[in-house]
Amino acid sequence: MTEHVATNETILVVGGGISGMTAALEAAETGKNVVLVEKNPALGGRTSQLYRYFPKLCHPTCGLEINLRRLKGNPRIRVLTLAEVTGIEGSTGNYTASIKIKPRYVNENCTACGDCGRAVDTMVDDPFNYNLGQHKAAYLPNAMAYPQRFVLDPAIIGTPDADRAKAACKYGAIDLDMKEETIQVKAGAVVWATGWQPYDAKKIQPYGYGRFKNVITSVEFERLADIHGPTGGKILRPSDGKEAKNIAFIQCAGSRDENHLRHCSRICCMASLKQTHYVREKYPEDGKSTIYYIDIRAIDRFEDFYQKVQADASVSFIKSKVAKITEDEHGNAVCHGVDTEGYKRYMTPHDLVVLAVGMEPSVKGINIPGHIVADSSGFIEADPANGAVFGAGCASNALDVNRAVQSATAAALRAIQVVNKVAKAEA
Amino acid sequence: MSANTAVAEKYRNNFLKEIEEQVEMGDWVKMCMQCGVCSGSCPTNFQSAWEHPPQELFMMIRAGKREEVLTSSSMWNCTSCYNCIVRCPRKLPITHIMHGIAEYAHRLGMAPKMQATRFFSGLFWKNATKTGRVNELKLSMGLYFKDGFVQGIKNGMAMQAVALGLVKAGRLNVMELLGGHKCKDQKGIQAMLAKAYEIERTRKTAKLAG
Repeated sequence: MTEHVATNETILVVGGGISGMTAALEAAETGKNVVLVEKNPALGGRTSQLYRYFPKLCHPTCGLEINLRRLKGNPRIRVLTLAEVTGIEGSTGNYTASIKIKPRYVNENCTACGDCGRAVDTMVDDPFNYNLGQHKAAYLPNAMAYPQRFVLDPAIIGTPDADRAKAACKYGAIDLDMKEETIQVKAGAVVWATGWQPYDAKKIQPYGYGRFKNVITSVEFERLADIHGPTGGKILRPSDGKEAKNIAFIQCAGSRDENHLRHCSRICCMASLKQTHYVREKYPEDGKSTIYYIDIRAIDRFEDFYQKVQADASVSFIKSKVAKITEDEHGNAVCHGVDTEGYKRYMTPHDLVVLAVGMEPSVKGINIPGHIVADSSGFIEADPANGAVFGAGCASNALDVNRAVQSATAAALRAIQVVNKVAKAEA
Repeated sequence: MSANTAVAEKYRNNFLKEIEEQVEMGDWVKMCMQCGVCSGSCPTNFQSAWEHPPQELFMMIRAGKREEVLTSSSMWNCTSCYNCIVRCPRKLPITHIMHGIAEYAHRLGMAPKMQATRFFSGLFWKNATKTGRVNELKLSMGLYFKDGFVQGIKNGMAMQAVALGLVKAGRLNVMELLGGHKCKDQKGIQAMLAKAYEIERTRKTAKLAG
């Protein structure tokens, strides 16, 4: 890939998920130079960790593949993986970002043949699968990872495993002497697209996440349903590996709660409605889904998706925020609460409980670039005080993939206007 | 015109507003989003013991069911465990609202007369303010005979062993029936309470009228 020199006409995009990729591509396709910074070893972000999208229920590989193809063909985008922005200085039209790049220990010679993975014995947690499983310490981040290059986990550096990996590589791709470095990149405008993280479900104490094995989060459920996931696409419950056929989905797990996240995370209702499809797909005969909700927020055109799920006899809806979860002697998770339609108490055991956890902006609590104006939930606001730092996707609001892409395009347009002004002033 | 008919007239068709203005913490009722966590978290079994769980009561207030809410025994059954307050996603002070509604219904004379909590509250208050000290013997006797003389004897017989045990252990003095012990400045306490009553009465009457 061409390594263009970043100037103050360059656009820096922080975060290589669906929003960051979109913003980078939209800007680059208008002829701007872009530096795309991604913290993980591969692009794609949380979108790549989904099993299917709503409402069409197609696989994210499809949408991502189109973007990756655009990316590979565009010399104006410089992609930095395993890289994190540690600070930004300057002002509109003239920023300097410090970017810390962690060593991958694998260079461009890698063909992703997998010999190093086979040579290594050490297993490490697999964050792509939300640590539900483990993978080898020499690994490809995920099946459609871009760049399609292996990574060596720092845990094996200096051990015989690293030497075995190096010896196994036929292409001289393993470089154990790579060091962490910090580089400076100039930019005229910054698109901040660091996305979101699932709310820490352990903090919702009455639900027992972390105490009861069969209480999992919605993002983990995506991995269970995915053929590339830890169970090979079978919905098995974590406690005993039994097929989970009677599944409860608990809405607003963290969201719309002054004790946790103030905002509505917008995606969780649709995500749970979508996940009931997984249950029916895997267990067409006797799969059963129960959705506990305050109110279903299937916004605008998603209403028909909701109606279709409502018409499905295998899905029942209970209008109630579950008060607490306990565990019975069979390892089932038991939901306790009151059905607000009729005010009847229930105490219902389920094989598996899926908490539709809320969306927390990744920018929350981190102090770069320092002067960012955020709302009470930590999402970046469109505020003139932010200068030419523009929030995009889930860094700016709780959005689904579709709306995140729209938001990213808007942010790219704002960034383009800034660097256009810079270019005019310099001409 | 009684106090009750006067306010009922004033807030005709707007019971929520009445609750907001007259009930302590009543202005929180509109914030309820009917999720049901308060009822689900309630340790009391309201299905048999009390008719309406908190969020149903709040919905009834919004629906203008004035008579049903104020004559209900539900809010009197709150044990003040604060589970609902801790878990409420909108941070409603539910326990306080329940007590607020109960107090308001009591003030209007609409609270169920023989509801056990209400009866006990009245009994305790009279007992404690009379001498400045709680007379436990008279308090429990009053409670035993709440539902009539025969029932009172039955209750007393049932608790006989406990009472004798307490007497033996020196925890219960039968002589307390004759007057009982007092605080040092009984008159002072009563003067203080009389003043407090007066202030409260003036304020609440003004609120009802205002």
